[in-house]
Amino acid sequence: MIKAIHFEKIRTIAVIAISLLLTLLIIAVVSDDPLRTMGVFLTEPLSSLAHIGNIVEMAIPLMFTGLSVALLFRANLFNLGAEGLFYFAGIVASSIAVHFTLSAYVHPIVAILAGGLTGALLSAIPGILKAKWNVNELVTSLMFNSILFGVGLYFLNYKLRDPQAFVNASYKFHPSAMLNNLVPGTRIHIGLILAILSILAVHYYLYNTKWGYELRMTGSNRSFAEYSGINTTKVIIVVHLIAGFLAGMGGSVEVLGMYNRFQWTGLPGYGLDGALVALLAKNNPLSVIGAALFLAYIRIGADQMARMSDVPAELISIVQAVIILLISAEQFLKFWKTRMLLKEAGIRE
Amino acid sequence: MGSSPLLEMRNITKVYPNGVVANSNVNFSLVEGEIHAIVGENGAGKSTLMKMIFGMEEPSEGEMLLAGSKMRFRSPQDAIDNGIGMVHQHFMLVPSFTVVQNIVLGMEPTKGGSINYKEAVRMTEELSAKYNLAIDPHAKVENLSVGMKQKVEILKVLIRGAKVLILDEPTAVLTPQETEELFRELKGLKREGHTIVFISHKLKEVKEICDRITIMRSGKTEGVFTTSDMSERDISRLMVGRDVVLKYDKTERRAGPAVLRARDLSYMGPEGKPLLSHVSFSVREGEIVGIAGVEGNGQAELVQALTGSLPGVKGTVEVAGENMIGRSIKEVRDTGVSYIPEDRMRQGAAKDASISDNLIAMFYRMKEWNRGLFLNKKKITRFTEEQIARYNVRCKGPEQPIGMLSGGNMQKIVVARECEAAPKLLIAEQPTRGVDIGAARLIHERLLEMRDDGCAILLLSADLNEILEVSDSLLVMYNGQFVAYYPDVKEVTEEELGFAMLGIKRQDAAEVRRALHD
Amino acid sequence: MNNFFSILFSTDFAFSVLRVMTPILFAALGALISNKAGIVNIGMEGTMLTSALTGVIVSAYSGSAWVGLLAGIASGIAIAALLGFFTLKFKTHIILGGIAINMFASGGTVFILYLVSGDKGASTSLKSGVLPSVHIPLLQDIPVLGPILSGHNILTYVSLLCVIGLYYMLAKTPLGLRIRAVGENPQAAQSVGVRVNRVQFISLLISGFFAALGGAYMSMGYLSLFTRDMTAGRGWIGIAAEAVGRSTTLGTFLSSLLFGAADALANALQVLKIPAELIGTTPYVVTVIGLVVYAVTEAKVKSRKLAKNLEKNK
Repeated sequence: MIKAIHFEKIRTIAVIAISLLLTLLIIAVVSDDPLRTMGVFLTEPLSSLAHIGNIVEMAIPLMFTGLSVALLFRANLFNLGAEGLFYFAGIVASSIAVHFTLSAYVHPIVAILAGGLTGALLSAIPGILKAKWNVNELVTSLMFNSILFGVGLYFLNYKLRDPQAFVNASYKFHPSAMLNNLVPGTRIHIGLILAILSILAVHYYLYNTKWGYELRMTGSNRSFAEYSGINTTKVIIVVHLIAGFLAGMGGSVEVLGMYNRFQWTGLPGYGLDGALVALLAKNNPLSVIGAALFLAYIRIGADQMARMSDVPAELISIVQAVIILLISAEQFLKFWKTRMLLKEAGIRE
Repeated sequence: MGSSPLLEMRNITKVYPNGVVANSNVNFSLVEGEIHAIVGENGAGKSTLMKMIFGMEEPSEGEMLLAGSKMRFRSPQDAIDNGIGMVHQHFMLVPSFTVVQNIVLGMEPTKGGSINYKEAVRMTEELSAKYNLAIDPHAKVENLSVGMKQKVEILKVLIRGAKVLILDEPTAVLTPQETEELFRELKGLKREGHTIVFISHKLKEVKEICDRITIMRSGKTEGVFTTSDMSERDISRLMVGRDVVLKYDKTERRAGPAVLRARDLSYMGPEGKPLLSHVSFSVREGEIVGIAGVEGNGQAELVQALTGSLPGVKGTVEVAGENMIGRSIKEVRDTGVSYIPEDRMRQGAAKDASISDNLIAMFYRMKEWNRGLFLNKKKITRFTEEQIARYNVRCKGPEQPIGMLSGGNMQKIVVARECEAAPKLLIAEQPTRGVDIGAARLIHERLLEMRDDGCAILLLSADLNEILEVSDSLLVMYNGQFVAYYPDVKEVTEEELGFAMLGIKRQDAAEVRRALHD
Repeated sequence: MNNFFSILFSTDFAFSVLRVMTPILFAALGALISNKAGIVNIGMEGTMLTSALTGVIVSAYSGSAWVGLLAGIASGIAIAALLGFFTLKFKTHIILGGIAINMFASGGTVFILYLVSGDKGASTSLKSGVLPSVHIPLLQDIPVLGPILSGHNILTYVSLLCVIGLYYMLAKTPLGLRIRAVGENPQAAQSVGVRVNRVQFISLLISGFFAALGGAYMSMGYLSLFTRDMTAGRGWIGIAAEAVGRSTTLGTFLSSLLFGAADALANALQVLKIPAELIGTTPYVVTVIGLVVYAVTEAKVKSRKLAKNLEKNK
C-alpha cells in the first residue's frame, strides 16, 4: 500500500511527468514532424557517450548553483544572486588563468579559490543589507546580477579581450589553469568531483554541525532561533558567504573546465536555473545531484531538438516555469493525500 | 424547548490536510432561543465544529440541516446570509481601521461608488443604542480595550442580521467584571429571540448562563444535557473521562536565597504611557512566584525585561548575583535562565523542524553535545526518545516535524527543552494555554518537581486556577505596577484577587515591596 | 562636462524622465495593488514582457495598435490570473510563482517570437503598431512646461491617471477597503464574509493590468518593436519603487519618478565617454541605493523612537 509518507516523492514524480507531457504537447502543436521531434528531445541526450557526457557537463554548474540557492532557500532567504556571482567569478578566474603563471596544480586551485572568495564577498553585501536593515534580498540580488554583469562585461571588453579572437572573448587561458578531463570521450572534467565533494560537505554541515543547525532553525522560524539565543544576523551573513562561495566556485570551475577563453557576453543563466534545481531537490543537498542531472537532461534534449528539428530550445523555459509552479504548489494532489490519511486513520472502512 | 431543532449537524467528520482528525461522527443540534454550551478540553474539536457551522471549514463527511433543510456553507458569507454570526476567540478586527470601518467591512453602504460613511456611522449608532452596546464609532480599533473590541465584534455580527451567535471562549480575555457585563448583554440578546452557542471550558460560567450543554471529547460528542441536571463534576467527568480537578499535593516550600532579583524596573512605552513603573520583586530558590493580572498590564514587558529583550528598560535585574540588563538573549540563557514563551508557534517552536531539532535548541552549542566538528547525533536521538517517554508525548518518533503534533504535545516538548536544561531560574509564561488538561497536569507537576529540586520559578498566567494552584506566593500586576503581594497563596480569595487585578483595591507600596525579600 | 550639464537642465531631459518613468511607474503600481492585498506579485517583469510581445504580434496581424494594446492587456491579465490560480488555489508560494512567471516569460517570449517571426532577437520582421503621442492643447504652448509635459505617449498620461484612480480606489471605495483589510488581517476580512481569495485574485488581476500597460508601452511606445528581454529589470525597479515609496500611492509615484530620473540620467551620461557597460548599470545601482536608504531610514526611525524612549526612561 502506498503510504502518505511517500507523498512528497510521488508528487515530485507527478510534477515531472506532467511537465514532460506538457513539453510533448507543445511539440505536437508547433512541430511539423512531432513524433521525430519528441524522439529527439527524449532519447537524443542518452544516445551516445558524448551526449551523456554533455548532460553531466551541464549538471556540474547546476549542482554548484543549485546547492548555493538551496542553502539560501533553506535559510528562508529569497536570494537569486547566484547568477551574477557565477558570471563575475568566471571573469575573476579567467583573469587569473590569463595573467598568472603558476604550476599545473596550483593554478586552478588559486583561480577557483579566487572566484569563490569573490563570490563570497560580493554575496555578503546583500547578506549584510538583509541582516542589518532587512533590505529585500530578492530585489537587491537581482539588481546585483545586472550590476555584476555590466561590470564584468566592462572587464571583458577593456581588460581581458583578445583583439585577435574572432568573437568577443578573452585571451587564451594558460593550459596550466585548465581543469583535467575525467572521462575520456567526453568533456566531463574534475569539476564533477569538486561539485560532489561540495554537496557532501554542505550536507554534513547542514545536518551534522551546530552551525548547520543554526542555519536550519533560522530558516524555519527566525523568532524561535533568536529566542534560543542564535545570532540570526550572523547566520544570515554566513549563509550568504557560503552560498556566494559556492556560486563563485561554480563559475570558476565552469570556465576552467569547459573553455579555453572567457566568452560569455550574456548571463549564462545557471544561477536562475539553480533556483529550479533547489526547488526540485526540496533544498536538500544530496538531492541536488539528481535534480541537476534531470534539468541538464531536458536542457540537452532541448538543445538537440533545436539543432535537429524546427522547435527552438527556449521551449524549455515554459516547462521550467510549470515545474516551479507545480512543485511549490502545496495543494497540488493534496486531496489524494487527504484520502490516504483518511484511509490510514481507519475512518473509511 | 422540545421544538424541532433550528440547526442540526449529523455525523460530521473533519480531517485537516495535515492528517489531524478534528471531528469524527459528531452530532449537534441547536434549539431556537437557547443558550447552548459546547464544552470540552482544548483540542476536543469544539472550534473545528464551530468553524464548520460558520462556513470557515467544510466537513469532510456528514450533513448539516438548517430549519430542517440540508445546507452546505462554502464560506462564512453563506453562514452570514443564513443568519449565523461568530464572535471569535482571537478578535477578527483590522487594527488600523476605525470601529465603523470594521463594522461595515464587507457590507459597506455606498453613494456613487464610494463608501457612505455618514450612513455607516448612523447604522452603527442605531444598533449600539438598540442593544445597549455603547461604543465610539470613530475610535481606532488598535486603541480600544479588550472588552470594547469584543463589543465591536458582537456589533459586527448583529449588523449582519445574525439570529444565531457563536461565541468562541468569549470570557478568556475578560476581567470578571467585563464577563458579568457580557453575560448581561447575552441574556438581553436571548430575550430578543437570539440563539447563542457558547463555547467554553469554564464550567462555572456554563452553569451560570447556559440552558443545554453538548460535551465533546477527543473529536467526538459525549452527549447533550440540560444544564440544570448536571453538576460541574458530572460535566468534568464526561469531558475527560475521570475526575479532573487540577489540585496538587504540594510539599512545604523550602525557599533558599533569591535567584532573581529585579529592582525598580521602569519602562515608558512608545506612546509615552508607562508600561512598567518601579517593579521590584525577587524569586527565591525552591519557590514558585505567580504573577496574576489581566493581560496587557505590563506582564509581557516584564518578561522581555527579564529575558534581555527590552532595550531601554530602567532598573536592575540580577540572576544569581549577575546583572542581566544589556545582556544578549544568549548571555541571559547561558547564566541559567530558561523561558517558556507565551506564543509557542511564534517563539517556542520551529514547526517544520523535527521534534529532536526543537528539543536541542538549548543544548546544541554545548561541548557535551558535539563531537569535534559534528553534533553527537546518537546522544540527541537517545535524549529525544527519553523525553518523549518521560513527557508522554504522542508522536511518531524523534524525526517527526513538531508542527504535526497537537498543541498539548507540542507544549510538552517546549517544556521538556526548557526544564531539562536544569535552569537556576525558569520563567513560565502561560505554560498551559491552549493545551488539554492531561498535558496541563503533567506540565504543572513538572514545574512543582523543579521547585522541589530548588529551581526558582516565575509563573505568569491569565488562568486563575493555574496561578492559585501552582504558585507559592502571588503578585498582582495592574497598569504596569505590582498592586498586591501575597506571601502565601493560600490566603488569597478569588474575589480579592479580582479586585486587585482591576485596580479597585491595592496594597500600600511597603506591603508590595516585601516581595523583594531584602 | 558642460555638455552633460546642459543636457541635464534641458527640457528634453525632463521630458525623458517622464518617458522612462512610465514603465517603472506601471510596474510599481502593479506591485502596490498586489502588496496592499497581502499577495506580492513579483511577476511584473514577466508580465510586462508577455504583454509587450503580445501587443506587437497582435497589432502586426490586426493592423491596429489599439487592438494590439487590448490584446497586450488581456495577456497581462491572463498571466496574473494564472499566477492567481496557482497561488490561491494550489497554494504555490507567491514568490516562487512570480519567479516562475518571469522564467516563463523570458524564454517563452523568445520561443513565440521565433515561431511567429523566425527571429530570436527582435520583432523587426513584424510590422507592428505604435500608440500615438498626445499633444495637449494650451499646455503645449506654455514655455518650459509645455515641452516637458506635452507630447508624451498616451500611455504616459494613462499611467498618471492610474495613480489618481488607484489612490481613489484604495481610499474611498468598498473594494479598496476590502483590499486593505485583506492585506492587513485576512482572518478579519474572512470573518465578515469578504472572500479573501477573491479580493486577492482581483488585486492580482489589477496588478497584471498595470504590468500589461507597462509592457505595451515598452514595445508600442517607448520602442516600436519587441526585443528579447526588453524590460531589462524595469519590473524589479518598479517593485523596489513601491517599497521605497512605503507602499503608499503618492510615495510610489514619487519614487518611480526618482528611478525614472536615474534611468534618464544614465542615458545623459553617455556623452561623458564612460564605458557603456558601466553606464548601463546606473538604474540598478540607484535602485539598490534607494532600497538601502529606505531600509536604513526605516531602521533609523525605529531606533529614534527607541532613543526617544530611552530619553523618556531616563
